[in-house]
Amino acid sequence: MIAQADAPSITRALFVDRLHAYYGAKHAVKEVTLRFEPRAVTAIIGPSGCGKSTLLRCLNRLHEVIAGARVEGKVLLDGENIYAAAADAVRIRRRVGMVFQRPNPFPTMSIQDNVTSGLRLTGRLRGAVQREVVETSLRAAALWDEVKDRLKAPATSLSGGQQQRLCIARALAVQPEVLLMDEPCSALDPIATLKVEELIAELRGHYTIVIVTHNMQQAARVSDNTAFMMIDMEDRTGILVEEGPTKVMFSKPKDKRTEDYVTGRFG
Amino acid sequence: MATQAPTRTNSIMRDNYGRRRVVNRIMVGLLCLCAIITLVPLFAVGGYVVREGWPALVGQFPGIFTAPSPEGGELLYGLEGTALLIAIACAIGLPIGILSGIYLAEFGRNRLGDTVRFMSDVLAGLPSIVAGIVAYSIVVLTTHHYTPFAGGLALGLLMFPTVTRATEGVVRLVPDTLREGGLALGVSRWRTIVSVIIPASLSGIITGVVLGIARVAGETAPLIFTVLGNLNGFSGWDQPLPALPLQIYQDFINPQDPNQDYPVGYAGVLVLFLFVVLLNLGARAVAARRMARGR
Amino acid sequence: MAISPKHQVEEPVAKQSVAMSALHKATVAHRRGGLVNGDTLFRGITTFFALSVLLVAVLMIATLWYNARASMAHFGFGFITSNAWDPNLKLLFGAGPFIFGTIVSSLMAIVLAGLVGVGVALLLVELRLPRWFSTPVSLLVEMLAAIPSVVYGVWGIFVLIPLMQAHIDPFLQKLFGWTPFFALDTSGGHSLLTAALVLAVMIVPTVTTISRDVIRVVPADQREALLALGGTQWEVIRFAVLPYARPGIIGALILAMGRAVGETMAVTMVIGNSSYIGPNVFSSADTLASRIANNLGDAGDLELSALFELGLILLVVSVLLNVLARLLVWSVSRGSAAMA
Repeated sequence: MIAQADAPSITRALFVDRLHAYYGAKHAVKEVTLRFEPRAVTAIIGPSGCGKSTLLRCLNRLHEVIAGARVEGKVLLDGENIYAAAADAVRIRRRVGMVFQRPNPFPTMSIQDNVTSGLRLTGRLRGAVQREVVETSLRAAALWDEVKDRLKAPATSLSGGQQQRLCIARALAVQPEVLLMDEPCSALDPIATLKVEELIAELRGHYTIVIVTHNMQQAARVSDNTAFMMIDMEDRTGILVEEGPTKVMFSKPKDKRTEDYVTGRFG
Repeated sequence: MATQAPTRTNSIMRDNYGRRRVVNRIMVGLLCLCAIITLVPLFAVGGYVVREGWPALVGQFPGIFTAPSPEGGELLYGLEGTALLIAIACAIGLPIGILSGIYLAEFGRNRLGDTVRFMSDVLAGLPSIVAGIVAYSIVVLTTHHYTPFAGGLALGLLMFPTVTRATEGVVRLVPDTLREGGLALGVSRWRTIVSVIIPASLSGIITGVVLGIARVAGETAPLIFTVLGNLNGFSGWDQPLPALPLQIYQDFINPQDPNQDYPVGYAGVLVLFLFVVLLNLGARAVAARRMARGR
Repeated sequence: MAISPKHQVEEPVAKQSVAMSALHKATVAHRRGGLVNGDTLFRGITTFFALSVLLVAVLMIATLWYNARASMAHFGFGFITSNAWDPNLKLLFGAGPFIFGTIVSSLMAIVLAGLVGVGVALLLVELRLPRWFSTPVSLLVEMLAAIPSVVYGVWGIFVLIPLMQAHIDPFLQKLFGWTPFFALDTSGGHSLLTAALVLAVMIVPTVTTISRDVIRVVPADQREALLALGGTQWEVIRFAVLPYARPGIIGALILAMGRAVGETMAVTMVIGNSSYIGPNVFSSADTLASRIANNLGDAGDLELSALFELGLILLVVSVLLNVLARLLVWSVSRGSAAMA
């Protein structure tokens, strides 16, 4: 577990305020307003193509990396807009970490170098400090026991589930405030999926976690709150239909569309 | 402030972002510098060629083509010679190139195909002088004559790998639905290929041929001792032959009379330069249009 | 590089119907009766020409070997290191200086061209420049490759060499004259250095084109992983893209060196054509290709055989570099599929 003593200004609160996302002319996400509870897990669910991943990628300014993509609206991290003119994307991404759909460790680096890859951007780590960080991060990702004897082995020698946990360790090593997870288990087998879900349960309470998933049962298992998105039939953009505590969303949702999705009538 | 890193109790989070940003700007600037460094010679050479060649070519047009050049001979002969050599090179190189390309695309998914493909890629990097001395040995040493055929053989050897690869590439792209459609209708395989597949990929094959020609048109080394050059133009199939790049070389390396040889040489350089560049641009423009149209 | 259209695009409907009508005509013709063994014959013909590719390669090696055998018998393996070249009196020949000149000029060229060429490739792929800029730049770089060697040679003699003599050589000598590499300039500009410069200009397009293809293949999620950790653009290039693309880029460099090794005209016009082995880059020197081009015309029997042996050595060096490069580039495209 990483013990975090945050300065008072760090609330780990994430708030999306009337966000629109575009791919060139295509309006992918329309007017989303959503608050992510600090130090809790929020799941974003919805049918394919509804803009869940797009929304997620707007939270760490990864969306704009694609040519022609842009964003309107605000995303507030600790009360400050990450899309303000003075805001710097590189700094933002340090504070909002991300784990991707398919495990993507750096294949030319060893396990321990992968873990420290984010930290080494800001400078070299001395031996003792590096070892400590590697162990702490791998423990936080529930991977330490499995790899502690082969830290110098190439990252590609791990199984899929282990690689994904390595990616989580890598993301945690830079001590982000928020962790974004884009369908982190969709490329993993059931056993590895279970391990990652257990990991998420451990991380909850320390990080604000936003997880996009197309697996409703997973959302029900791991999340405290859930947001449901779908494609607006008229203008084919992604919209936020409803959000609330997970228990409520899955038992007594307010919107009929949510109820239809959650009970499996479509999507 | 969203632009400042949050304070932490953990001291491993040093923040040297200011320095990293500067490094980023410098490196990106260096990359731009690389582009400039690369393009400067292009404009330098092109500019030089035009500056020296234009007065010679245009200033004495059309007399420059028959201007007497004691070392290299008349430009007109050189152009004729090059044209003849290209024709011979095509006669040798195109059948091998196109047909082996078709083989690789249609039947070549086996060991033999892999070997041929590999060999053709290796031959694409054949030094032109080696092609020249091979042709010298096969033709000149055995017949004791410098002949157009020797030069054409050398150029054909240099040309065909380009054609093979282009042909295979383009024929491969033709969708299988056309092949299967033909077979389903009972048309034999060979007729499908000849009547349908090849016409569909024709513009790509022609592009490959044009690129092959552009490549060999400017070759000098293989011609030095296969056709030798000839002040009187084409003089027979068992006689030396002039060629444009060869003339240029002769005019500048050992001019008998620089006042006469140089202008002809420069005009020749401009003509050759334009010819090769335009062929290349044309081929690529056609290829780009073809890809855009979705052929 | 030949054009190899990479992106498969579905044929639009109009094209399809043109092909369909051709198919129809073929069907009609076929039903009227054609060659019974048409397929076999066609396949046989194309196989024959495919085999002829192999035949050509064998023929070339055989020809070179046949002509070189007198020299090989006479001088044995010492030929490779000997620096004799005396066609008149002692009839002694050796490849030493030419192998030296070939390797050194090509190595120098690839160092220069490699840095610049990979830089341009990174610029074109990573910096997400607008199309109206990157396409012309790409095209111009490829045009560099199209310019014939003899044109570079003429430019080399009349523009580059005077420039070197007037400005660059003295400058280098002032800075580095204390090293053995830049000590004395007695060559009048026709030197290893000049040849290396011309070669560098000629092979930059090869480096750029292949590197660009290799860099493009680096998966997007590698870049995104480093971005998500808070990396700058240069850091993404340095830590995510380049390590991944390294084998392929090295392959590009080796392939370009293979091209440099075989260059004849531009080199022979600026290198000075004298036998030299030593550290001074200002010295005149000679390469395998250049010596062959200069001496073949008037060579006596033994010298001719020696020249063919030079040609054989050149072929071997060129093919080795080529094969090595392709294995490296090939392994990147295989590897990226395996790692994906």
